[in-house]
Amino acid sequence: MNTGFDVERIRKDFPVLSRELPGGRPLVYLDSGNSAQKPTQVIDVMREHLAMHYSNVGRAMHALGAESTEAYENARDKVAAFIGAPSRDEVVFTKNASEALNLVAYGFGNPTNDDPRFRLGPGDEIVISEMEHHSNIVPWQLLAQRTGATLKWFSVTDEGRLDLSNLEELVTERTKIVSIVHQSNVLGTVNPVAEVLARVRQVGALMMLDASQSVPHQQVDVAALGVDFLAFTGHKVVGPSGIGVLWGRGELLEAMPPFMGGGEMIEAVWMDHSTYAPAPHKFEAGTPPIVEAIGLGAAVDYLSAIGMDAIVQHERELTGYALGALGEVPGLRVIGPESLDRRGGTVSFTLEGIHPHDVGQILDDNFGVAVRVGHHCARPLHLRFGIPATTRASFYLYNTPAEIDALVRGLHHVQKVFA
Amino acid sequence: MIAESMYQELILEHYKHPQGRGLRDPYDAEVHHVNPTCGDEITLRVKLGDGGKVEDVSYDGQGCSISQAAASVLHELTAGSTVDETLAVVEEFTRLMQSRGQVEADEDVLGDAVAFAGVAKFPARVKCALLAWMAYKDAVVRSST
Repeated sequence: MNTGFDVERIRKDFPVLSRELPGGRPLVYLDSGNSAQKPTQVIDVMREHLAMHYSNVGRAMHALGAESTEAYENARDKVAAFIGAPSRDEVVFTKNASEALNLVAYGFGNPTNDDPRFRLGPGDEIVISEMEHHSNIVPWQLLAQRTGATLKWFSVTDEGRLDLSNLEELVTERTKIVSIVHQSNVLGTVNPVAEVLARVRQVGALMMLDASQSVPHQQVDVAALGVDFLAFTGHKVVGPSGIGVLWGRGELLEAMPPFMGGGEMIEAVWMDHSTYAPAPHKFEAGTPPIVEAIGLGAAVDYLSAIGMDAIVQHERELTGYALGALGEVPGLRVIGPESLDRRGGTVSFTLEGIHPHDVGQILDDNFGVAVRVGHHCARPLHLRFGIPATTRASFYLYNTPAEIDALVRGLHHVQKVFA
Repeated sequence: MIAESMYQELILEHYKHPQGRGLRDPYDAEVHHVNPTCGDEITLRVKLGDGGKVEDVSYDGQGCSISQAAASVLHELTAGSTVDETLAVVEEFTRLMQSRGQVEADEDVLGDAVAFAGVAKFPARVKCALLAWMAYKDAVVRSST
């Protein structure tokens, strides 16, 4: 490869990848879609901050307070640059992607928000899709229940693509918000944002992307995408858990009500009312996940240094290899696109006659192969394909073709046990 | 490997050839239980006869080998026994499953269900093994009220 991408060198950055599991099994970690492993560069930055610079942010008037605040706000700058945010103030730190999605949903149909773009009631519509993670379904169900608005959704084709054949009937003048996944956590499908967005703009609605599975794996530029809101989570981008990101257009964040009340989100407080800090702090009530935010900053630094283009290329090669190798396992059915066209490195499948929990158990216990089994928090998508669960292998920058070989060997063994 | 020991021949046999599967009439109570963490589910019917005899336990469901085999073994163990006898087995089975592998299985009480002893070492799978048995316990309570 001419990208200078050296997977063996990268693997050395991730201490866990060299450990052994009980019984002397090597670890074959194919579950990064669930949560990614952490490089030393992230672990060290977090440890150093906890050990030498830690204090609360924003409110402490001493040297440590200043250092901690600076590191926390620097992390915001790094994230803003990583996703191409026009302004650092458009980057809100949340607990995770779920909180980011709930935060936006909370802004709609809210009596304290009189901005017409967020007005929502009976007759208004919310549009999601059948391939969403529960975190991009349930907040909108709750919103529909609260306001009497109608929830609608795109269906999914047999190939695992968003079915846009009824785009114009689905997204109409009644639509206030369209929230879809950028890259499916089950199918691997990368959705055609521009096509949906064009219709959303035509009808004057807003659009949100759940980018939890895209930000870790491709160069995501919010300005280029042109959407209104985007959510992702830290732990899938080789950062820690407990930190997520909402990016939103400044003027929209300005119009939205705070999601939670508490310390640091205020401007002034009286006994009977309060005024609020400007975004992003308006949405960051209470002591935030300080070290986690700093860890996320280190994580995006790490990925940027390697280069997202090189990561995309590496994952593309792995995915092509995996689709080929898995395609030769008898009785294996891939759920999702079987070509590399507009898809990422997440491959879900069923094995005829064998339940995914049995597959996962034997892969783990005999071969140290960690995959995810179940409905992956996307039950409606599994119902659509008429299956209760799938086995999912998801790849990241540190995975190798040899690990895919181990998966395939494991699957053959599973079939032997259940033959 | 440990998991291999969990997939006892008897469990695989019941999974491939489930006994008494399919919902049957008549019945006194029907219950539907799900395991939300993995999506396993079972619909189970109980028909009781004179003298506290269990006349039939019929079921349908979907899930992993452990949950499906457990339903099949349950069917075999309950047929022809009294409710009290079967509840004693349910109790012993539950105790074994929740033991984290620290308890010696009582084969006299459990019969074929002793094959599930290895499952107790896998906390994530205990619920799979217990699904049908908890559904049965629930159905018995409902049919006697």
